[in-house]
Amino acid sequence: MLVQIRPAILMIVIMTVLTGLIYPLAMTGIAQLAFPRQANGSLIEENGKIIGSTLIGQNFTSAKYFHGRPSATTEPDPKDPSKTIPVPYAAADSGGSNLGPTSKALIERVKAEAKKLQAENPGVPVPVDLVTTSASGLDPDITPAAALFQVPRVAKARGLPEAVVKGLVLAHITPRLVGVIGEPHINVLELNLALDALQRHR
Amino acid sequence: MTGNGWSQIALFGAIIVLLVKPFGYYMTRVFAGERTFLFPIVRPLERAIYRVCGVDEKEDQHWVTYAVSMLFFSMAGFGTLYALQRLQQFLPFNPQHLPAVPSDSTFNTAVSFTTNTNWQSYVPETTMSYLTQMAGLTVHNFVSAATGIALALALIRGFARRSAQGIGNFWVDLTRSVLYVLLPISVIVALFFVWQGVPQNLDPYVHATTLEGAKQVIAQGPVASQEVIKIFGTNGGGFFNANSAHPYENPNALTNLVQMVLIFSIGAGLTNVFGRMVGNQRQGWALFGAMAILFLAGVTIVYSVESGGNPNFAAFHVDQSPSNLQSGGNMEGKEVRFGIANSALFTTVTTDTSDGAVNTMHDSLLPLGGMVPMVNMMLGEVIFGGVGSGLYGMLIFAVLAVFIAGLMVGRTPEYLGKKIEAKEVKMAMLALLVLPLSLLGFSALATAVPAGLAGPLNAGPHGFSEILYAYTSATNNNGSAFAGLSADTPFYNTTLGIAMLLGRFFLIVPMLAIAGSLAGKKIVPASSGTFPTDGGLFVALLIGVIVITGGLIYFPAVSLGPVAEHFAMIAGKLY
Repeated sequence: MLVQIRPAILMIVIMTVLTGLIYPLAMTGIAQLAFPRQANGSLIEENGKIIGSTLIGQNFTSAKYFHGRPSATTEPDPKDPSKTIPVPYAAADSGGSNLGPTSKALIERVKAEAKKLQAENPGVPVPVDLVTTSASGLDPDITPAAALFQVPRVAKARGLPEAVVKGLVLAHITPRLVGVIGEPHINVLELNLALDALQRHR
Repeated sequence: MTGNGWSQIALFGAIIVLLVKPFGYYMTRVFAGERTFLFPIVRPLERAIYRVCGVDEKEDQHWVTYAVSMLFFSMAGFGTLYALQRLQQFLPFNPQHLPAVPSDSTFNTAVSFTTNTNWQSYVPETTMSYLTQMAGLTVHNFVSAATGIALALALIRGFARRSAQGIGNFWVDLTRSVLYVLLPISVIVALFFVWQGVPQNLDPYVHATTLEGAKQVIAQGPVASQEVIKIFGTNGGGFFNANSAHPYENPNALTNLVQMVLIFSIGAGLTNVFGRMVGNQRQGWALFGAMAILFLAGVTIVYSVESGGNPNFAAFHVDQSPSNLQSGGNMEGKEVRFGIANSALFTTVTTDTSDGAVNTMHDSLLPLGGMVPMVNMMLGEVIFGGVGSGLYGMLIFAVLAVFIAGLMVGRTPEYLGKKIEAKEVKMAMLALLVLPLSLLGFSALATAVPAGLAGPLNAGPHGFSEILYAYTSATNNNGSAFAGLSADTPFYNTTLGIAMLLGRFFLIVPMLAIAGSLAGKKIVPASSGTFPTDGGLFVALLIGVIVITGGLIYFPAVSLGPVAEHFAMIAGKLY
């Protein structure tokens, strides 16, 4: 039986070299050559500065931007590193709220968010993705319903006709792949960049 | 629920059905040592590995030797992974200068990845260096999966061989699993993932200045190479905390579909390997059929429950109804690009198998939606299952099913011409009883001591569900979580670690004993009194045995968690 110890140790060493070093490093090399933009995180640069990644949502609070979904991510408290404080869209510590459906904290939060949103667009039901936190806390997308809901606010804040803003929203819908796979969605950062570009050119 | 949602689920099912035969054919040839198209490239490497390790590939191991080889290998893997985590601050590829992982968390993680559980009590992006992710966690994603495939093959040989001493060679099965199955597909799919947006670099985290001028630190790393094997080897340990919900791990609906297909592919293919090796593919399709029916039941429940949305939101004028502009439903803990259908499907797929990757936060599922993943795991993850473990779990149920059928008609039970006798049934029962003992025993302990009660995030029945889910996931080597539970404490790290070990090895060793005992038996020729195990009656009986034994063991615990919460939710009670 003990003769099996030698292959056990050698095998884990070989597998570590093969699948733990050669494989990931070779993949890194090929990926950097073939798909450098994606391999480095699909980053967006403007005037030489990195403003984010198309895949990673960011926090928008200003009325002139479309807002993403609520985010439950946290970061260590600068005053006491053993505690965490809520920091939406903290992209080095992803995660969801993990609140269950009968949680008081969840229901109170949804109630408050819904109330705030109703004030900016009275009489229109609030799309559910705007009051619920995403699984990753970094969801880059909102539903078309959620974007259309925000059109009046954004148009007013920017002094643009609603029809123009609505047209931009509709042009930014990513449809289902081959009409079947996935859900229609809108990338919030790309939409906001397009809005800024639109006004620069006017 | 929408027509489109159902078509996406149907599309996924169709892809799996189409994969079964070609993949089963390929794997059967690989593990018989026959030529395949990769032979010219891989065979020299394979022989070199045997030479270095001193393995004679012709040697046929007795089941005890096979089991000992597997145990030594698991121990060696545990040791290297433990050392790597504790020493990572001295080693290269650590651009974030992350310190050594604390010892209780290291123990838990080393057990977790060695046993193919990939339960994660840590937050990867703030804990593990790139070297630990690659040379530690990625390696175990490969070898713990290869171990599972090897074990399934050993059991199949037990059924297929007659009057034989051995059940194959662990080292050969392990090496072939990695070289011919896991690694080639990982190389191709990793590059596909990068193309679709999954990062693959060794850079420090990116510091961005957002459009509104805020600072955002974006974690990076060699994600794609680990992502594919996390999925394909039904491991499930994410590169990031949010796992397959993280847009860097799973950027769009196409990568999501590929991930789900990869999770099921080996488990589904192995049913065909089984059929081919025992000489009747219909035997494999019978197992596949039972698995498929249980899968469809699960996904139907999760999809319909989650589509309904949370009734507690109704009072706030929130629109949860599906339309062309939104998928609606319970979107807490879900991603917009996946919506309800793909979240429900992924949730079912990842817990039918022992994968445990998540694209949606299971903790925020509605009570009955969250019950399905829990029950899937409690039933032993036999629905396609972890790579290998699903098939051998299912075969243990098959042994039990023919035994019960034998009792009903008063004949000695047989399966595939092998008489099922006291030894096999005792071993099957041992495996079936140790799992609930660990699962329910530890859950009871955690609800009785302060260190356990400190864990849950949510109050009320949902808090109990968080604890129950954790031990269910650990014992069944799944690794998904009701992640609100604060499990990175000495109490949870240790007890969950023990639960993972019990769940892995108390299933594997009795299973190998069954394999060894069956391999030595003669084949009894089929007669008119033989119960056919390749038809609808057997499928129904098998499903009945799985559901009834599972129900008898777990219903009381489940009724205290998800069922109680469901009725509380209807009554509008909050915690």
